[in-house]
Amino acid sequence: MKMKSIVAAAGLAVMTASLSPAVSAAEDVVIGVRTEAASVDPHFSYVATSKAAVTNIFDTLIMRDKDLQLAPALATSWEHIGDGVWELKLREGVTWHDGEPFTAEDVLFTFERAPNVPNSPAPFGQFLSQISDAKAVDDHTIHITTRNPSPQVLFDLAEVPIISKHAGEGAATADYNDGKATIGTGPFKFVSWQPGGALKLARNDDYWAGPSEFENIEIVAMPNDASRVAALLSGDVDLIDAVPPESYETLENNDGVEIWKTPDVYTAYLHMDTDREVSPFITAKDGSEIKNPLLDPKVREALSLAINRQAIIDRLMNGLAQPAGQLAGPTMTGFNPDIEPGAYDPEKAKALLAEAGYEDGFKITLHGPNNRYVADAQIVQALAQMFERIGVATEVETMPANIFFPRGSNREFSIFFLAWGSAQGTAWHGLRGVLMTYDKEKGYGPSNRGRYSNPEVDRLTIESMSTFDVDEAARLSAEAAGVAFRDFAIIPMHYQMNVWASKDGFEYEPRQDQMTLAYGLSSQQ
Amino acid sequence: MIAFIIQRVFQGAAVVLAMSLIVFVGVYAIGDPVEILINPDADQQTREAVRQSLGLDKPLWMQYLYFVKSALHGDLGTSFVFNIPAIQLILQRLPATLELALTATVLAILLGIPLGLVSGLNDKRWYSRMIMAGSILGFSLPTFWVGLILILVFGVWLGWLPVYGRGDTVRFLGVEWSIFTLDGLRHIILPAFNLALFKIALFIRLTRAGVMEVVNQDYIRFANAMGIKKARLLWRHILKNIMIPIVTVIGIEFGSVVAFAVVTESIFNWPGMGKLIIESINHLDRPVIVAYLMVIVVMFVIINLLVDLLYAGLDPRVRLGSSNR
Repeated sequence: MKMKSIVAAAGLAVMTASLSPAVSAAEDVVIGVRTEAASVDPHFSYVATSKAAVTNIFDTLIMRDKDLQLAPALATSWEHIGDGVWELKLREGVTWHDGEPFTAEDVLFTFERAPNVPNSPAPFGQFLSQISDAKAVDDHTIHITTRNPSPQVLFDLAEVPIISKHAGEGAATADYNDGKATIGTGPFKFVSWQPGGALKLARNDDYWAGPSEFENIEIVAMPNDASRVAALLSGDVDLIDAVPPESYETLENNDGVEIWKTPDVYTAYLHMDTDREVSPFITAKDGSEIKNPLLDPKVREALSLAINRQAIIDRLMNGLAQPAGQLAGPTMTGFNPDIEPGAYDPEKAKALLAEAGYEDGFKITLHGPNNRYVADAQIVQALAQMFERIGVATEVETMPANIFFPRGSNREFSIFFLAWGSAQGTAWHGLRGVLMTYDKEKGYGPSNRGRYSNPEVDRLTIESMSTFDVDEAARLSAEAAGVAFRDFAIIPMHYQMNVWASKDGFEYEPRQDQMTLAYGLSSQQ
Repeated sequence: MIAFIIQRVFQGAAVVLAMSLIVFVGVYAIGDPVEILINPDADQQTREAVRQSLGLDKPLWMQYLYFVKSALHGDLGTSFVFNIPAIQLILQRLPATLELALTATVLAILLGIPLGLVSGLNDKRWYSRMIMAGSILGFSLPTFWVGLILILVFGVWLGWLPVYGRGDTVRFLGVEWSIFTLDGLRHIILPAFNLALFKIALFIRLTRAGVMEVVNQDYIRFANAMGIKKARLLWRHILKNIMIPIVTVIGIEFGSVVAFAVVTESIFNWPGMGKLIIESINHLDRPVIVAYLMVIVVMFVIINLLVDLLYAGLDPRVRLGSSNR
């Protein structure tokens, strides 16, 4: 803790320096990113950072734009032609980086390889699980048969980078890492990559959406917040992502720096043990065992009312967040506009506690990670004070994410702070992952660490996921969210913001999905 | 001599084995790496399949035995995160860390010993007091803070030196080195100085203490009275006599510089082993953590061996062998 604050202080000192004035639009660009890619094999591991690195080189059939909306990429159009069969028209005249033409064969090859990469710690299989059959009608038309009558396949296709058959046949992850098989259709060609070091890219002059302005790109992993900011200020890098909140103000006041920001797909929330009669970290104030009060929705509502979300956002996050009342963000498919962000009313909270039979309060330990989300450890401490004010004695325990998540999944906590990223931009993504009844067989509720269970939520979410019409699916999801959040199944806190900073003279297109893409960078006119 | 080396090798092997067991159990106790590595919306069956494919569903003892068996065949396991053999990941980054540690150690010797000599020989002078005050700063300022201040002053304010990475590298003996290019040298100055600061302070103090002890001894006064030249007095009579503890410390400290370059490496984004180990711990990438610590243990064993051999060179009274230890 002490060490962290000293780092922050030094970081602030770094920030007060001013930057040498505007740069001319350089041909070569260096980008500093917080997290490193695990691989440039597009299908080795589904983690956001690898995905961003890979998306510079490879395209998907359907892409998500900066606001999470589906848009044509290698597929120019898609249409349901009946019986769960989708017809996708492929973009014509696209060539791979080595000059070979892109055809339907490459797509079919990708579908075969993506779920079957050996040793993958986060396999791609789930994104192809909807597809029961895919066949090429001609070189630029494919038919995809889905298992369920649902548009989910379109969202899933936005996750799967298309690889070339001629370069990728028989290729292992190592062949992608050293560039042998790393032949894509994307805006940049692969030059070299060192695990944990730099990813070097060169412009693809024939990119179908038009070439980038920049000839050479270097993407460097810079996990240390203060030194990432310093690298920007010293002019060594042109763009950084994940601007730490404590640096935000000074960077914004610096004439040599431009800030680019957008809402994040991550929603911070409190998860609670809502199914065990006795919970490991809840006792009466004298330490004696009591029945788990979080089983009562009134108690959960009281905790939610105790939280002053706006104060947390203003004081701890430099205003870089918005209060939330549900998991899905306002631009997502299935967002429910009728659910208000959580209100702040400590008096009502106390009344609710009394009503539930806890006028004397009880004692809890609030757990949270301290290196995973924006200002996570500070937020947890602030929450503890807010709970104290309504009479719930709260102890705080924070820990590194690598310990927090396994313990959380092991159900060792009673109430804990974390966030959910609806990477696909759909509300049912979070409903299925966090709020549906934990069901190992069917694969529902894999991140439902509090084990909330409500048949109505389950029914509506399943229906939403197997509805063909997107609007109807969205309506069903919104309804499910209405049920779950009226119940305070979890306590939504805020939507995070993604913040980038570039040198003056550059323009960056901020993306909700956190990806830092070299193609999004341009010079200001 | 040969018996001594063989004995050391066996000792080293025992330490390595014990280390691997401790680390294995320790990392196992933290929890399930799949929880960290997988995307949160993956369903339970996928998680189970990943656990199986990484061998994490087996009991601990079986995982450990399997690891030992592969290790004996030269395979320290494959990184969960990168799917690259752990030892390859580490060796790829070893040169970066080694050149940083070497440069830092050389800096520390070149600055620390002369400054210690000066302040030891003239301990009442104002500059000696300055040196001593400086060494206190070197001891007490935290490395990461000094690193950030160096970045602030030389990178951001003055703009003289780059603040991240290794710069241009050249291939020499099959490995990429940055100390042989001008750009690389510019990149290494700040991190090496940052890493060396503590050692400089340490060497100043050690040298000064040694000098102050030796200067007052009879043989020095005697030599002085005999009119032996200052330079010869310094090099042959003073320096050589105080070198034994200093060499020991240089040896041990070199090991710790390599092992603990973590902080400097992450602040300056130096692509060395330290940065790798931090990331691996964050991801519970057990094969890399275990392999890294094994490499470090082996390195310490080798350094200690070299230090012992150096003693024999510096002090003829030291005899290597089992008889006197």
